[in-house]
Amino acid sequence: MSNILAFIEVSNTGQIRKSARSLLTAAAALGTPVAVVATAPGTGGSLVDELGALGAEQVYLAESDQLGTLLVAAQLEALTAAAAELAPAGILLSNSIEGRDIAGRLAVRLGAGLVVDAVDVRLEGGQILATQSVFGGAYTVESAVDGGPAIVTVRQGAIEGQAPAATPTVTAASVATNAAHSAVIDAVNDATTTSTRPELRDAPKIVSGGRGLGSKEKFVLVEQLADALGAAVGASRAAVDSGFIPQTSQVGQTGVTVSPQLYVALGISGAIQHRAGMQTAKTIVAINKDADAPIFEIADFGVVGDVFTVVPQLIEAMAARAN
Amino acid sequence: MKIIVLVKQVPDTYGERKLDPSTGLLDREASDTIVDEINERALEVALRYKDKNKGTEVVALSMGPASATAALRKALSMGADSAVHVLDDGLSGSDLGWTSTALAAAVAQTGYDLIIAGNESTDGRGGVVPVMLAEHLNLPHLSFLDSVGFNEDVVSGERGTESGSLAAHAPLPAVVSVTERAAEARFPNFKGMMTAKRKPLAVLTLSDLGLDPAQAFAGVGRSVIKTTIERPARTAGRKIIDEGNAGVELAEFLAAGRLI
Ligand SMILES: Cc1cc2nc3c(=O)[nH]c(=O)nc-3n(C[C@H](O)[C@H](O)[C@H](O)COP(=O)(O)OP(=O)(O)OC[C@H]3O[C@@H](n4cnc5c(N)ncnc54)[C@H](O)[C@@H]3O)c2cc1C
Ligand SMILES: Nc1ncnc2c1ncn2[C@@H]1O[C@H](COP(=O)(O)O)[C@@H](O)[C@H]1O
Repeated sequence: MSNILAFIEVSNTGQIRKSARSLLTAAAALGTPVAVVATAPGTGGSLVDELGALGAEQVYLAESDQLGTLLVAAQLEALTAAAAELAPAGILLSNSIEGRDIAGRLAVRLGAGLVVDAVDVRLEGGQILATQSVFGGAYTVESAVDGGPAIVTVRQGAIEGQAPAATPTVTAASVATNAAHSAVIDAVNDATTTSTRPELRDAPKIVSGGRGLGSKEKFVLVEQLADALGAAVGASRAAVDSGFIPQTSQVGQTGVTVSPQLYVALGISGAIQHRAGMQTAKTIVAINKDADAPIFEIADFGVVGDVFTVVPQLIEAMAARAN
Repeated sequence: MKIIVLVKQVPDTYGERKLDPSTGLLDREASDTIVDEINERALEVALRYKDKNKGTEVVALSMGPASATAALRKALSMGADSAVHVLDDGLSGSDLGWTSTALAAAVAQTGYDLIIAGNESTDGRGGVVPVMLAEHLNLPHLSFLDSVGFNEDVVSGERGTESGSLAAHAPLPAVVSVTERAAEARFPNFKGMMTAKRKPLAVLTLSDLGLDPAQAFAGVGRSVIKTTIERPARTAGRKIIDEGNAGVELAEFLAAGRLI
């Protein structure tokens, strides 16, 4: 079986990012999963067991003392070195900002074909096929890459399951970066939120609020329903632009694309760009006081009403049922 | 200072966008095409600098079919000084690799101190062309910037990370891409629309760029579309009007679907 590299992102405090599981799962479905990590010298060893548990049969530790000081430079060199050494048939990265930065540069370097934002990958006749969900899920497109290796970025939260645990062999290499061709990191600010809510990207349930919530103070209603449902909180662009909630919660064309079991839209009109980010949800519920709001065209259950009366009643009714 | 802004013409997100199921390529007949909103914002970043710094030259660059002229004229009417259109039949159906190769050649030929792109196009949603361009040109990049500032020597900005944000800087020349947080675009004014018609718009073919497709793209891996399936449109389900009991009914619906 061919080697499939999974690029493992690590936080600046040394934690393996969540995307590692799905990347190694996808890699195991295509060949021999190899985890590639860029680490500060001498620190990668502690990650090996965790990567093995996630299915890595080999862990390639690329050490660089530029990690965290140059923007994606050490990560790019890590993957370049691993690709040169391990002749992979496929290279998988998260479709995060960091993942795409590395994937784009690596594709040019290797003259490799690139597919971004894949929601699935599979092997057919020895060829790697990647599925993309285009125009907000209106189309499903399957592509192959002619001329190897295939570089694929995988949408966060799209691939479920877990590869069987392995006891990985470990390869360590040291990589040099070219400071002249990289941006310099000045500061890293980790958000201090200690939210216990699920993350938007792969939450099974999402409650989103729009401009109809009226103000930042009143947007709390969205959070209350989300907490009652155990759901993540999302928003429309208008709610973000109005300052009700940070942009990271934006669902839609230029925000996050989600595909939960349940999506509840509160005070959201359902503009086509919002729908592009949520219309593949299994069940859609909408509450809007305008009976003609386009969100109702795709809602499985629509309530024409005021969110400030319907939602409190819903929360109460849910509590009553739970008792 | 010379700033190149990368402008892509895309199907209007307000309309229905279609793919041709036999090729998987965009059905250009199906929708109106416009300048991608994110590129108007990228242009705004350049124009704000130009407003404050006399002698700044802003060039709008687009690769696309003949119709992309309209996108470039829009950029000129907003305030770009000149435009470059990479137009060649040999580029139809280009993937990310070809697009970035051709754009890199056009950018190199045009000359630049700073290249500003959108973070991600609304049709492809790739978010990789700017960084691929940076690799072709051996330049540093700062992508997905929520805020950006620059002078003649250095560009800096902030972008989101998986767990917060980071701030970074790079010496010029560099490639940056900006998100919709970076700037709200201006509208073209009457004077802008009048002068746009007289501003220079150069059309470059692959051979003008010194690119022989047989050589430039030979041996380069390509993503090739195998199948394209249209998802059946979603239909409306039950819709009730709240008469004082809708919250309870909604709870029943969720319970029936085992969602609570
Ligand atoms: C290129 C581009 C990209 C875009 N990307 C995105 C994106 O990623 N995500 C996104 O969401 N949008 C996006 N948009 C914007 C989109 O077109 C809409 O402007 C936006 O989605 C509207 O948000 P909204 O529904 O909250 O606001 P509105 O359209 O103003 O709707 C508010 C709704 O709240 C209802 N309402 C008001 N008060 C109440 C009440 N008390 N109870 C119940 N209902 C009430 C109103 O009836 C109305 O339907 C994009 C646009 C463009 C051009
Ligand atoms: N054909 C093109 N012509 C000009 N600029 C482009 C083209 N394709 C992509 N870009 C630029 O790259 C950005 C990101 O595009 P993408 O990588 O396709 O998501 C866009 O917002 C544009 O600024």
